[in-house]
Amino acid sequence: MSQSAHSTKTPAPAVTAQPSAAGKVRLYLPRDSAALALGADEVADAITAQAARRGIDIELVRNGTRGMLWLEPLLEVVTPAGRVAYGPVDVDDVPGLFDANVTAGGDHPLALGLTEEIPYFKKQERLTFARVGIIDPVSVDDYVAHDGYRGLRNALALDGAAIVAQVTESGLRGRGGAAFPTGIKWKTVLGTPAAQKYIVCNADEGDSGTFADRMLMEGDPLVLVEGMTIAGIAVGATRGYIYVRSEYPHSIDVLGQAIANATKAGYLGENILGSGHAFHLEVRKAAGAYVCGEETALLESLEGKRGVVRAKPPLPAIEGLFGQPTVINNVISLASVPIIMDRGADFYKHFGMGRSRGTLPIQLAGNIKYGGLIEKAFGVTLREILYDYGGGAMTGRALRAVQVGGPLGSYLPESQWDTPLDYEAFAAHWAVLGHGGIVAHDDTVDLAKLARYAMEFCTIESCGKCTPCRIGSTRGVEVMDRIIDGRDRPKQIKLLRDLCDTMLAGSLCAMGGMTPYPVLSALNHFPEDFGAAEPSTLPTQAA
Amino acid sequence: MREAFSSATVQAILDAHAAQEGPLLPILHDVQEAFGYVPPDAVPVIANALNLSRAEVHGVITFYHHFRTSAPPRHVVQICRAEACQSMGADALVAHAERVLGCAMHSHSGDVALEPVYCLGQCATSPAITIDDKLHARVTPEKFDRLIARAKDAA
Repeated sequence: MSQSAHSTKTPAPAVTAQPSAAGKVRLYLPRDSAALALGADEVADAITAQAARRGIDIELVRNGTRGMLWLEPLLEVVTPAGRVAYGPVDVDDVPGLFDANVTAGGDHPLALGLTEEIPYFKKQERLTFARVGIIDPVSVDDYVAHDGYRGLRNALALDGAAIVAQVTESGLRGRGGAAFPTGIKWKTVLGTPAAQKYIVCNADEGDSGTFADRMLMEGDPLVLVEGMTIAGIAVGATRGYIYVRSEYPHSIDVLGQAIANATKAGYLGENILGSGHAFHLEVRKAAGAYVCGEETALLESLEGKRGVVRAKPPLPAIEGLFGQPTVINNVISLASVPIIMDRGADFYKHFGMGRSRGTLPIQLAGNIKYGGLIEKAFGVTLREILYDYGGGAMTGRALRAVQVGGPLGSYLPESQWDTPLDYEAFAAHWAVLGHGGIVAHDDTVDLAKLARYAMEFCTIESCGKCTPCRIGSTRGVEVMDRIIDGRDRPKQIKLLRDLCDTMLAGSLCAMGGMTPYPVLSALNHFPEDFGAAEPSTLPTQAA
Repeated sequence: MREAFSSATVQAILDAHAAQEGPLLPILHDVQEAFGYVPPDAVPVIANALNLSRAEVHGVITFYHHFRTSAPPRHVVQICRAEACQSMGADALVAHAERVLGCAMHSHSGDVALEPVYCLGQCATSPAITIDDKLHARVTPEKFDRLIARAKDAA
C-alpha cells in the first residue's frame, strides 16, 4: 500500500446533488485538535462563507478525526455513494473546491475518493475507535444511532459480578501501559465494601508520541462516558472523575459538552435510564506534571495535593481516591468496555495474539510520512506499521531508530522491527508497548543525545519522593554530558550502567524505574553514538 | 484583559467550589484564569478557606508546571521539546525562536515569553507549538515567523 496510502482513488461517485432530508448537503470537518492546529477553524469559516455566497444550503458537522493526520484538515461530503474525502484542505483551497462542485462530490486535485476506501483506513480493525471521525462527538442521538449505549443496556440487565466476569473473559488488559488485566482490577474493587467507591479515568496522556486518548475524547467522548458508567455499575461506584491534562483544552471542552448532553438524556445522574443506578461524572483538569500519569500520583493530585507517588500497597483498588476503593483505568481501557458488553467477550478476544487480546490503537508519530492512528488487532509487526502504513521517514531518509511506548520506552533498531505488537514479544526484547505510541527517527538521529534527554526529562518530571529517580536522573545527565564530550568514555559508560541498575531496581514507580529503558536500549543498540564498541561486543541489556 | 487581584474574586471562586471534593486544583485553575497567575495574596485566602497551611498551598502551586506565581508577559510561546517533535526538527525551531525573539527558553524579551512544553498531543504533525494558547502543528521556522507576526498584530 505504502505509496498509495493517501492517494488511492475509488471511482468518483455520481455527481448529483445530495439533498438530505432537510434539503441540506451535509459536510464534515474535524474539530479534533490535530485538525485545528492545521487551520480547521479557518477552513470551516471559509466553507460557511463560500456556501452562503453561492446560495448552497449546507450543514457543517464538526466531527472527530479519521486519524489520517497527514490529510488534516480532511473535509468529507455526504454523497449517495458514501462520504467523499478531500484533503489536506487549506483556506485558499476552499473557493476552488466550490468551483469544482465539492458539495456534490465533484472532482478536484484534493479529492481522495470514498473515505472508507482509503487503504490506510480500510485495513484497520476499528473496535474502540469505531465511531471516531464518523459521528458528531457531542450528539447523544448520533452516538445511539451508531450502536452507542447498547453495552450499557446489556450491563443494566446483569449484576456487578457478571459484568466483571465478562470484562475479565474478554482478556482486556490496561491500555495505559502496564497491561494489567482490567477485569481483575474491577473484581478487587467489587469485593471491597465501602460507602463510596470511585471510577477514575487516567487521561493524563503525557507520553510523547501518543494521542489516542486525546483523539478518542475529542472524537467519541460518549464511549468513554459509557465505559465509565458500566464500570460504576459493575463495582458499585456512583462517582467518577476524568483527569485530563491541561495541555488538552479541546478534549476538556468536548468532554464537558458530552457529559452535559448525556446527563440531559438520562444516561448519567441519579437514576440512569430508570434503573435505580446512580453515576455522576466530573472532568478534572491536570496542571502539567507528567508524573501524574502514574496512578497513585494522579490520585494525590485529584485530592488537591502535590502529585507525589504513593507506595503500594495499599492498592488503589482497596484504598484509592480519598482512601476509598477505586477503579483507575486509562481512557482506552474504559472506552473498550462498551463494545465488549455489546458484542460479548468472545467477539473481543477473537482479535489479537497470545495473551494480548483485542485491538491496540497504535499511534504512529515523529519522522514518518503518513502519521496517524491505526487500530489493529495485536500481532501486526512494527515494520508493517512503519512502512505499509507509515511509508517510511517523512524526510525521505532511512529510518534508524524507533521508540515505542513513550519517553520511558526502549529504542528499537531495525533488527527488531519484525517484532509483533504484543506485550510479551516486546518484553522479550527488553522493550515495552506502553500506550501504543511509536516515534520514528531517521538516520540523522543521535541516540546519545536522546539518552541524555531521557535523563533530563526525568529530572524535570520526577516527583522527588525517591532518591534513585530524583538524584539518579541528575547524575545521569552529568554522566551523559561527559560521554558526549568524550571524557573518559569507558569508565563513564560503566558508571551509566551502574546508575541505571540502581534506578531500575530502586525507584518507587515507572518514572525512575523505566528511564533506563530508553537510555540502555540506546546504548546497547547504537553504541557507536556513544563512542563505544560495536554492538556485538556488549551485553545485550542491563545487568 | 485579565483583572487585577481582588480578594472578592478569590472568595467568589472559593464559594463556587464549596461543594467539590478535593477542590484545590480547580480553585487554582480558576484563580489563574481570572488573574493570569496565582497571586501571592490569594494564597492565604485559599489556605484559610480549605483549612490548609499556606505552605501546603504554596507546595501545590510550585509542584505543577502549569501554575504561574507572577504575571506572564502579553504573549506566551510554548515549543514542544519531546521526542516526536525532536525527530522533526524541534531543536532547530527552538534555536530559531530564541534568535528571532531575542530570549532563551524559560525567559522573556519585551512582551513575549518563550517556554518549553512536553507534548501537545500533535506527535504525528510535529513540531508543535502554542502561541497564546492557540495550537499550531508542522511549524517550520518560516511558519513560526508568520505566526508570531500575526499574534503581535492581533494583540
